[in-house]
Amino acid sequence: MAAIELRNVTKKFATADGGTYTALKDLSLTVEEGQFCAVVGPTGCGKSTTLTLVSGLELASSGEAVVHGQPVRGVDTSTGFVFQQDAVFPWKSVLDNVAAGPLFRGTKRSEANGLARDWLRRVGLSGFEDRYPHQLSGGMRKRVALAQTLINQPRILLMDEPFSALDVQTRAIMSTELLQLWDQTKPAVIFVTHDLEEAIALADKVVVITAGPGTVKAEFDINLPRPRVVQEIRFDPTFTRLYGQIWEALRDEVDEAYTRTTTLSRVAS
Amino acid sequence: MSDTPLRSDAPMAAPAMADSADTPTRPADRPPSRRGRRNARRRVLMAAARVAIVVVLLTVWQLAVNAKVVDPFFWGEPSGVWDELVSWVTVGTPQGSLSEQILVTLQEAVLGFVIGVILGVVFGIALGRVRVLAELFAPFLKVANSIPRIVLGAIFTVAFGFGIQSKVILAVVLVFFGVFFNAFQGTREVDRNLLANARLLGASPWRVTREVVLPSAFTWILASLHISFGFALIGAIVGELLGANKGLGLLIRSSQNNFNMNGVLAGMVLVAIIALVAEALITLLENRLLRWRPPQYHGAAAVE
Repeated sequence: MAAIELRNVTKKFATADGGTYTALKDLSLTVEEGQFCAVVGPTGCGKSTTLTLVSGLELASSGEAVVHGQPVRGVDTSTGFVFQQDAVFPWKSVLDNVAAGPLFRGTKRSEANGLARDWLRRVGLSGFEDRYPHQLSGGMRKRVALAQTLINQPRILLMDEPFSALDVQTRAIMSTELLQLWDQTKPAVIFVTHDLEEAIALADKVVVITAGPGTVKAEFDINLPRPRVVQEIRFDPTFTRLYGQIWEALRDEVDEAYTRTTTLSRVAS
Repeated sequence: MSDTPLRSDAPMAAPAMADSADTPTRPADRPPSRRGRRNARRRVLMAAARVAIVVVLLTVWQLAVNAKVVDPFFWGEPSGVWDELVSWVTVGTPQGSLSEQILVTLQEAVLGFVIGVILGVVFGIALGRVRVLAELFAPFLKVANSIPRIVLGAIFTVAFGFGIQSKVILAVVLVFFGVFFNAFQGTREVDRNLLANARLLGASPWRVTREVVLPSAFTWILASLHISFGFALIGAIVGELLGANKGLGLLIRSSQNNFNMNGVLAGMVLVAIIALVAEALITLLENRLLRWRPPQYHGAAAVE
């Protein structure tokens, strides 16, 4: 049984002027247990919408999102979600932020704090327990967000361009750390990104989505050996070959999306 | 870890090489201490300038009275106000000791403030969270907000009598709306990502309200508290003006009935002092509750 299945999902949103906007159209996607799947596509192709459907934050207009054989009907707390923007609670200390999940789930305060300390150690933030998020750097806040999500030991991990706000070096470091953390509990992952290099470096499978309305254009298996070091893997010849293949599929969609936005902006101005 | 946080209040390490030439003694803490000294001097100057403005205004007023330009019968005079205050403190007021009047007014204002704030926050968050409630009550609230609620004081005085009750209720009515609209707006403006994150982390709707909506809306709510205590005082004083057997409002009223403008002004001075003390306390509370907020004027708190 697959961990995550999207079966011909279509998602429409109502627009402000009373029309509908189709973000996803007949999209099907399967992620196996313990598989790391990266979803790439041009801006505005509905990549993030796939995550909200799997997480239950939104429901599909038609088709079905299925997690571990169960259709998604609402927010399921066995799913972890790492957001693009900071979603840590700014009024909670680092420790309280990480302990939030267990506390929400009814764990005793002392136990939750113990778990949180353990996870802070794993993401390398021991000693920062009493800081508030605004006192941390962007990379450190991201680590808090990771610990906050992973402490719940999700069987499904959804990540929406989690590192896009970080600088290039921090981003590579964080990616490697993410792989090490992922290896400890091996949840099924959907990692949405517009960065093809990041996708190939991290994933077992890369899915290319078409320019909106999004649907799957092609899937590629990434058979690079693990454990991987993200900073170095791009020099691997297999990496280069895969990059060429996937870019071939992605390029048309990027061009398409680019043309659309530029003509739109020309009409608007 | 590659990134180290720098707290804004941590002393900055000065470039020792460049500085050591002219100041070999203590180059490390020179920049902050110089800036600190300049800030302290600025604060003292500012306070002095403010006192000077008050002194000049009072002196001009007094001189104008002495020169018979201003009639103290209508406008009072600073020395008369001072004498009135001194006699209230030493001899007492016609309606009992001064401290008793202040305590009664304070009690009315504080009770009205606390009840009004609690009701405002509860209703604001409830309506902000539950769309149906907001839709249902929106027109009523708009109407209630647009009528001059101070007029209700006349009704309350008749209905609840000359005691503290009618004043507390008037203060509650005045405080409620400001707090309510801010709490409502604050609830509506909560970051959707934070809400989604809390739900996914396993929070029940009640815990989302308590641990995400409430602290997030707090910035808005606290902003309304500054004005709201003023409203509570107005409610208490106006209630007393309309009919009471104790309080600063009654003191002002009876001074007016005796054509004692110095008494009216002395009462106002006391109300102003109460308002200023309350304002300071609310600011303290605000700083305590919003410790998690980044300092807004001290530049970046962290570096990558």
